[in-house]
Amino acid sequence: MGNKQTIFTDEQLDAYQDCTFFTRKEILRLHGRYHELAPHLVPMDYTNDPDCKLPLALIVNMPELKENPFRNRIVEAFSEDGMGNLSFNEFVDMFSVLSETAPRELKAIYAFKIYADFNVDNFLCKEDLEKTLNKLTKEELTPEEVDLVCEKTIEEADLDGDNKLSFADFENMISRAPDFLSTFHIRI
Amino acid sequence: TPMDEETVHDSFNQLIAEQSQDGALSEAFELQELQRELTEEENDVSHLPGREHEPGGRGQRDVELGEDERATDPLIADYWSPATMRILSSMPSRTIGRNRGAIISQYYNRTMQLRRRRQSRPSIKHLEHSARPSIRGYGHGEDTLDAEVGKREQLVNNLRNLSVSDRVRMLREMPLSVAEKSELRRLALQKERDTQGGRKLHCCSRLKFYIIILWQVALKRVSGRFGTGVLSYFVFIKTLLLFNAFLCLVTGAFLVLPQVLFPPVPAAGRPPFCGLELLTGAGYFTDTVMYYGYYANYTLQTSCGDEDDGHHNASLSKNATLECTSTQLSYNMPLAYFFTIGVAFFITCIILVYSMSKSFGRSFRIEKSHGILAMKVFCSWDFKVIRETSVRIMSENICTQLKELLTEVGHKDDDTTLGQQLWRVAVHALAWTICIGSTAASVFSIYQFSEYMHGNLQESFRGSTQEPLLREASMLALPVLVSLINLLLPGLFNLSAWMEDYESPSVRTYVSIGRNLILKVSILGVLCYHWLGRVAADPQLKCWESFVGQELYRFLIMEFIFALLDTLFGELLWRLFSERVLKRRRKPVFDIARNVLELIYGQTLAWLGVLFTPLLPAVQILKLLLLFYIKKSSVMMNCQAPRKPYRVSQMTTIFITLLCFPSFLGASVCVTYTMWITPSLSCGPFRELKTMFQAGKRWVKDLEKANPNLSMLARAHSYLVEHPFFLFLGAGIFLIVIYFQSQVVDGHRKIISLLQEQIENEGEDKKFLVTRLQSIHEQKKDPKRRERRQ
Repeated sequence: MGNKQTIFTDEQLDAYQDCTFFTRKEILRLHGRYHELAPHLVPMDYTNDPDCKLPLALIVNMPELKENPFRNRIVEAFSEDGMGNLSFNEFVDMFSVLSETAPRELKAIYAFKIYADFNVDNFLCKEDLEKTLNKLTKEELTPEEVDLVCEKTIEEADLDGDNKLSFADFENMISRAPDFLSTFHIRI
Repeated sequence: TPMDEETVHDSFNQLIAEQSQDGALSEAFELQELQRELTEEENDVSHLPGREHEPGGRGQRDVELGEDERATDPLIADYWSPATMRILSSMPSRTIGRNRGAIISQYYNRTMQLRRRRQSRPSIKHLEHSARPSIRGYGHGEDTLDAEVGKREQLVNNLRNLSVSDRVRMLREMPLSVAEKSELRRLALQKERDTQGGRKLHCCSRLKFYIIILWQVALKRVSGRFGTGVLSYFVFIKTLLLFNAFLCLVTGAFLVLPQVLFPPVPAAGRPPFCGLELLTGAGYFTDTVMYYGYYANYTLQTSCGDEDDGHHNASLSKNATLECTSTQLSYNMPLAYFFTIGVAFFITCIILVYSMSKSFGRSFRIEKSHGILAMKVFCSWDFKVIRETSVRIMSENICTQLKELLTEVGHKDDDTTLGQQLWRVAVHALAWTICIGSTAASVFSIYQFSEYMHGNLQESFRGSTQEPLLREASMLALPVLVSLINLLLPGLFNLSAWMEDYESPSVRTYVSIGRNLILKVSILGVLCYHWLGRVAADPQLKCWESFVGQELYRFLIMEFIFALLDTLFGELLWRLFSERVLKRRRKPVFDIARNVLELIYGQTLAWLGVLFTPLLPAVQILKLLLLFYIKKSSVMMNCQAPRKPYRVSQMTTIFITLLCFPSFLGASVCVTYTMWITPSLSCGPFRELKTMFQAGKRWVKDLEKANPNLSMLARAHSYLVEHPFFLFLGAGIFLIVIYFQSQVVDGHRKIISLLQEQIENEGEDKKFLVTRLQSIHEQKKDPKRRERRQ
């Protein structure tokens, strides 16, 4: 291949290419973006898998995430420790799932984690939905309207009648939404 | 009976023994709520008279439970028995997507299925064995560490045995972290010692890579500011560019290049180059490789025998000439012309139908009206939008849409009186009359004007009194008229739609698209009649195909110029006007549907013109490139994000369908008709033939003569092509297949509703079993309570 780069070994790049939806060039570009978030923290040489994590505050300042009301939850959904600290692997994972070619099922799993308060339980209950709605509308709706929307949403999507949305309910609803794939997509 | 209770308890024993210890305190709170809800339900139920004698003794248990509920404090941490808690915490509904073991076993099952090449979706046959799909598909909760490791090894084994593309696809789809996936991959590839490193990109994927990075930065900026809707317009430009690039490549390689290498004898009296040619396509360009008339109607041959000096004597020279003709490269121009155009259209058709079906599959929804609010909440936030003002506008939009949906859901009433309904129908009828009337008027005016222009042309052949430059410039009059109509009439349609009242914004968009489509189809129809009916039949025009090609070139150029003017006046000046004069802060909105229809119209012209002007796709490519940059700068400077909701996948599907059906189909019908009528006698590759099809038939006859074995094939071919019976048979089979598929879709719909019912019942069963388990546990472990009660 073209110019010899020393950031990753060939095997690492092959692994990235097989496990994510990015090509080698895009992985190198992502590394550039990761590096410029904290140039003194992120090493240029990843051949021996350095253990470097960037804190949440740095990641959510990226222009792609800065104005997104769900930015904290997005980053937390992809961090191993749940606090939002991303290593480069998790950084790549995040943008890979949010890329154009990721399949609907994979996106639905992470969308559920983002919209549900994933630390507490594995369900989307009414409180989670209220928080999501307030983030969506920047608290422009009145509390009664928020209440009504939450109730109707759960009523529409809940299949097994437990007044909460499990992942199966959520995925079933997403599968009927043709726009989901195009809106749940960040270009990097 | 106690025996039943024993078996129930025992069957859960095994599962309980295999559960991993989970820190389930947080879940305990949630489960307690569930229990409270359930017992509240059952309390209500038990208060109804006559419920104590329920079959199965359920009512009794419930009453007992209810009493228990009242007796104990519901917030005691060990209210749920540990067994019940363990069961509940490992249920698939709680572990999907979270529990690593569950993911690994799920993907083990999938890779197993892939290996056995079964369908990955469960077929209908499998459903009858599943009373409990929740237990069937998900690896039975064998989540202990050993079981997980075992499953992991099996998964690695399966991955190893898949093909490369399948393995890559499986790996990418797994919802695990990248580190774990690369570990799995490393283990799977460990045993394979073949060189995976340095895998060179397949040429197809390299091409795809270059196509993807074209305009990537520009598209990102547009989507960051305006969202997915406006982005789809620019992506559509890119798609059209690819189609034209393919056409250009094919015609360039097979038609233009050979003809350029072997130019015919240049005709006398070629006018000098002046700037007007770029607009009219006539003059200097008339007798060039741009148009049909230039192409040879004989077989092009490389000349040979020039290098030899006269060293050979007579006999040798005869041999030499024989050898010469056999090593000569010959290129049958008429045949090449016919087949190139035919094959290019055929391949374009296949690509179009394929992308249309893919797009349709992505956007098709079986149940249309159910779940709109939920989808609006979860799927309407466009993650691509980056700019702060656009994000704010998007929030406001979503807020408005939610409020509208709430009021709709609130009262879906139709308490409009008869008078109001009649008034609405009258307004609609008036608007449609205006639109159809204006369309008919413009079509009639084009018809008359084209006849007038044609009369002018015939006069000019008899004896020209005008100077040639003016005559050529007057050829631009018809394109200018048509482009003017295309520019002004949609504005009229918008005005008449403004006074109408529609049920939903999507109906408004569809009606607007429909009206614009009718306008464009009628315009193109009358133009095709003018070209193929009037111009082609005119005996005075020596080379009508080249003339039609020039007309199409003029139309394309004029369309481009008017698009520029529209951008300038519609967007830039309007913004300046509204800012300075009207002092409003609202910039104009980019009308996606109208612009896409303009693109489709331009592409139809390009497809119509390929037969007459093989270089027209190249002109279209240039035009699209310029249009992309101009529209992008205009949109960034002058427009604001759209305020109306825009369903991207649906609209994209509609646009691709419009590109395929009226546009491409119309163009190919015209081209087929052109191939049927008599070509002109004095120019072009089909000079002496009766129709263009003769070129193909002649070749088949020549083949038959050269090789008598092929006569069967030739006869079969002529029989097939000339008898319409096979066409009807093919169409009939096609319709039967479509009907069959639609019945299958209907059946799927019914199965979906049955399965939804089943899911609800499963939920009820689950609740019942869990509470039963709980009550049994309590009865077993707390005999004192029992005694106390009794």
